[in-house]
Amino acid sequence: MEIDQKREIRFNEETMATVQKIIKRYPEGREKSALIPILHIAQAEFDGWLSPATMDYVASILNIQPIEVYEVASFYSMFNLNPVGKCLIEVCRTSSCWLMGAEDVVRHIEKKLNIHVGETTADGQFTLKTVECLGSCGTAPMMQVGHEYHENLTLEKVDELLNKWKAEGKRSRYC
Amino acid sequence: MGKKLLLEHVDVPGINTLSVYRQKGGYASVEKALKTMTPEAVVEEVKTSGLRGRGGAGFPTGMKWSFLAKPAGVPRYLVCNADESEPGTFKDRYLMEKIPHLLIEGMITASYALGARTSYIYIRGEYFYVAQILEKAIAEAYEAGLLGKNIFNSGFDHDCYVQVGAGAYICGEETALLESLEGKRGNPRIKPPFPAVAGLYGCPTVVNNVETIAAVVPIVNHGGAAYAAIGVGKSTGTKLISASGHIKKPGVYEIELGVPVEEFIYSDEYCGGIINDRKLKAVVAGGSSVPILPADLILKTAAGEPRLMSYESLADGGFASGTMLGSGGFIVMDETASVVKNLYTFTRFYHHESCGQCSPCREGTGWMEKIMHKILDGDGTMNDIELLWDIQAKIEGKTICPLGDAAAWPVASAIRHFRSEFEEYVRRGHSIKDVKHYYSTKGIPEPAYS
Ligand SMILES: Cc1cc2nc3c(=O)[nH]c(=O)nc-3n(C[C@H](O)[C@H](O)[C@H](O)COP(=O)(O)O)c2cc1C
Ligand code: FES
Repeated sequence: MEIDQKREIRFNEETMATVQKIIKRYPEGREKSALIPILHIAQAEFDGWLSPATMDYVASILNIQPIEVYEVASFYSMFNLNPVGKCLIEVCRTSSCWLMGAEDVVRHIEKKLNIHVGETTADGQFTLKTVECLGSCGTAPMMQVGHEYHENLTLEKVDELLNKWKAEGKRSRYC
Repeated sequence: MGKKLLLEHVDVPGINTLSVYRQKGGYASVEKALKTMTPEAVVEEVKTSGLRGRGGAGFPTGMKWSFLAKPAGVPRYLVCNADESEPGTFKDRYLMEKIPHLLIEGMITASYALGARTSYIYIRGEYFYVAQILEKAIAEAYEAGLLGKNIFNSGFDHDCYVQVGAGAYICGEETALLESLEGKRGNPRIKPPFPAVAGLYGCPTVVNNVETIAAVVPIVNHGGAAYAAIGVGKSTGTKLISASGHIKKPGVYEIELGVPVEEFIYSDEYCGGIINDRKLKAVVAGGSSVPILPADLILKTAAGEPRLMSYESLADGGFASGTMLGSGGFIVMDETASVVKNLYTFTRFYHHESCGQCSPCREGTGWMEKIMHKILDGDGTMNDIELLWDIQAKIEGKTICPLGDAAAWPVASAIRHFRSEFEEYVRRGHSIKDVKHYYSTKGIPEPAYS
């Protein structure tokens, strides 16, 4: 994936107001508690991943050292430290989903998009990832795309969704 | 039909809104506690109820609350554990999504009992849409004066906030959760001190599961004794069970503790039997961490007694022939399932989720995943089965937090009860080629230590 080196990293006024509101949830001197929520917002705003520039920007907002942001961002699986496609598809691979056919779903998506797990389509539209249990075991198999849960998947249902997302150039966002 | 205390109104249209929730008697526990009870009296009711933590460990809630330190001038916190990441568990999601106000009500009542002016609901990041449902419910509660200053003119002030995580099973461990809530990596803390003495920001803190906090509502409404009258022995009240796998009716069921396991699996009131009426092979009864049991031992104890859905009955026989109620994540496998392959998904899970602090867990989970992978590839030896056994035994009990135990138990129990299946894989070698494995080796970095 190409990285836009000149991407301006700065929240607009409205987003900044939201960020400031989140910081107020914590006692004075404990503003660092807002780090994870703010990283989510930053990732959603700045192309779905956390570049060093984005992380440094978040550090400056919270008045903490950049390393304090890097060490957190690298710990949590929802934070992407490399660019991802516009639409990140995350298929659960754990026990109940596996029992109900998650591997077939993954295979199917791999074939359909002509990529392997962990890769991005050449047009930058889709990235495919497998993830651990997402609390949807009773409606397995499932995949998550941004904040949307897609459950009780069949291969037909997957086809339908992929076609639709391709046509509309879908962008996935958690928040 | 069993008695429903939490999900009684779950199907009422609009129950996710404050107005419908209140029409159904919602927030009565807040009014009752704040207007007619002292905080100590609320704690007493919870003690009387016999309620045990629903997050997995089953620690008596009233006792945990009574340990809370109360130094003068130091704030106390209630933190709700909505991280729900134990494979097979999805009850908290269901409860929060369907009846968000039940959790908010429980948060206020419990906070009153604990003297907490502020509370946080820490919810896993992937449940983002559920967090939004909670935010909306909280906004409604503020609007109605149920949160904020001087609730019900009692002089009690309370603020409740939602905090999202970002993908880390370990943050369900209570001290890792507190670290995460402080904006750090989710590395569990060494205990003592326990959160009851030094928790969030070093202040006395109670961490409880979503379902535990919700259960405080019926306990305060009907009294601890009425709650204790439900269930069996020390397993009082009702429990949400997340049922998944090869069953006809997967979903979340509220059961009275003490329902026979056989009834739970086969009755139409619950799971409705096995898909295509195939034979039951094995069950993981309480989320991925608890020992797997073969059909005969999950239906009956080693002594031949019917096994019940209760803390004591599921644990009957210890690890030799029993298991645990855990989080209530009930995963059913029929005769077509491979216990070895299922275990592989678990070993991969624990390796992925180990925070990396303790060497036995960080290294051991990786080794176990690799050996399982080798066995599934048809390259395993009989010695590998012994090696797996050896590694799990060297993780158990040797780590700061119980994630190590949680990684070891599934391995130990699978070998204990299904050794012949492992041997079959080894014997058939490369003729077993159903293995498909998915690694994300390129593009996206895995979290640290995986
Ligand atoms: C690795 C690990 C993961 C855990 N995950 C959760 C979880 O997702 N939800 C939860 O309520 N408790 C979880 N727990 C248990 C918590 O540490 C803690 O015991 C619980 O939140 C206490 O609440 P309770 O007494 O109401 O059950 C986990 C424990 C460990 C060791
Ligand atoms: S196992 Fe896939 S959502 Fe739980």
